[in-house]
Amino acid sequence: MADQEKDDDQPLLMAEGLGKSYGRLIACRDVSFALYPGEVLAIVGESGSGKSTLLQLLSAQLAPSAGRVSYRMRDGVMRDLASLGEAERRFLFRTDWGYVHQDPAQGLRMAVSAGANVGERLMAVGWNHYGRIRDTASSWLERVEIDIARIDDAPRTYSGGMRQRLQIARNLVTGPLLVFMDEPTGGLDVSVQARLLDLMRNLVSELGLAAIVVTHDLAVARLLSHRVMVMKGGRVIETGLTDQVLDDPREPYTQLLVSSILPA
Amino acid sequence: MTAMIELSDAQKSFVMHLQGGIELPVVRGVSFHVVSGECVVLSGPSGAGKSSILKMIFGNYRCGGGRIGIRHQGKVIDLAKAEPRQVLSVRRSTIGYVSQFLRAVPRVATIDVVAEPLIVNGTSRAEAREKAGALLRRLNIPERLWPLPPSTFSGGEQQRVNIARGFISDLPILLLDEPTASLDAANRAVVVELIEQKKRQGVAMVAIVHDDEIRQEIADRIVDVTSFAAAA
Repeated sequence: MADQEKDDDQPLLMAEGLGKSYGRLIACRDVSFALYPGEVLAIVGESGSGKSTLLQLLSAQLAPSAGRVSYRMRDGVMRDLASLGEAERRFLFRTDWGYVHQDPAQGLRMAVSAGANVGERLMAVGWNHYGRIRDTASSWLERVEIDIARIDDAPRTYSGGMRQRLQIARNLVTGPLLVFMDEPTGGLDVSVQARLLDLMRNLVSELGLAAIVVTHDLAVARLLSHRVMVMKGGRVIETGLTDQVLDDPREPYTQLLVSSILPA
Repeated sequence: MTAMIELSDAQKSFVMHLQGGIELPVVRGVSFHVVSGECVVLSGPSGAGKSSILKMIFGNYRCGGGRIGIRHQGKVIDLAKAEPRQVLSVRRSTIGYVSQFLRAVPRVATIDVVAEPLIVNGTSRAEAREKAGALLRRLNIPERLWPLPPSTFSGGEQQRVNIARGFISDLPILLLDEPTASLDAANRAVVVELIEQKKRQGVAMVAIVHDDEIRQEIADRIVDVTSFAAAA
């Protein structure tokens, strides 16, 4: 327990002076922050604010033009993501990290069964006992509230909300420490969103996951995150405790964002 | 006795950028302290800044100057300058807050809404639910409502769920924003009892109550917020 606490005092991921430009176009600039184990950070801002670029930089899917991202590997050493070999990067993606896409079709294999979608991640980390893989896959389907009777169906036969829940199961089955989420509730009906949010919120707190969630929906940020970064024009313009930024916004743009929410 | 909460010269103003950047002063020079087992009631007309002070002590509003000392895990931490992680840690193990309105997560059962603060601190689900049930029963929320999300409940019922959620943890500091506003006499009496019980356990409390009778019953000291008026 004492070790655990000591561990939690060390950042899991750090961004330092991170930026990305495409020629003269600056997509994101000078982003620095530290993310600690178990912490959920929301990145909010309108389309074009640079939040998705930032998520891709943080998850090593895009190389930065400036600055760096480092991540604490299982041996406790902070490593610059740019310095990782291909095998180490793949290891991160298969085990330590999850990535939930807005469009489940990007994160799932639509033509293979739901069970295989979940089981595949396990096989990639060396599981080879068919029975155990299937058992684990079904228990994960249950956790994300998918009827076990649908385990052999392909996700293309699933509704949007089910697909998103399946994508979450596929990501969490290997016990990652950090999950990146890109507009995880985008494109879903409001009632489906509420269910998904509640599910994600519980899973994140039960598993003690750290997460970085990109969303344009402030309600999602409020429900899921501890901390929030507000982006505009590629910069982080305001950052702090989520309820503080949303209830007592300081920057003009944040005040505009908060005041633009339609009352339900 | 050591102060659990000590505000000195705290201030708050809002800058409204959408209204041409006008500055709205709320309070300044806020200085008072609260010791264990004491309930301090903030008084003053509405708009005087009572809720803003409470929100600053909880770290929900930023503090524009001065100091908000909170005794947290044996040390004093200045919440006016604390990092988000520290504020979260203070909320987990030191300060509880009963807001005026329940902000419930859709779809979550009442019993779990109430049990959640305990579960977050590592209590087993079964034990947390048992305590939650006991509190809900005491606050006269019928058992058949426990599995339902509170969003469909009446105002008074929601407030009682909120109170149960706020009172379930054994935190050394509790902030109460109008805990009895929409309750009937019987339930108001239950809340007064709960507050008395917290006092005996040594909890330091700051409360806002408009009802004179309730204020008489729970207040050990009254701090008049109008003396912190910031209007120029």
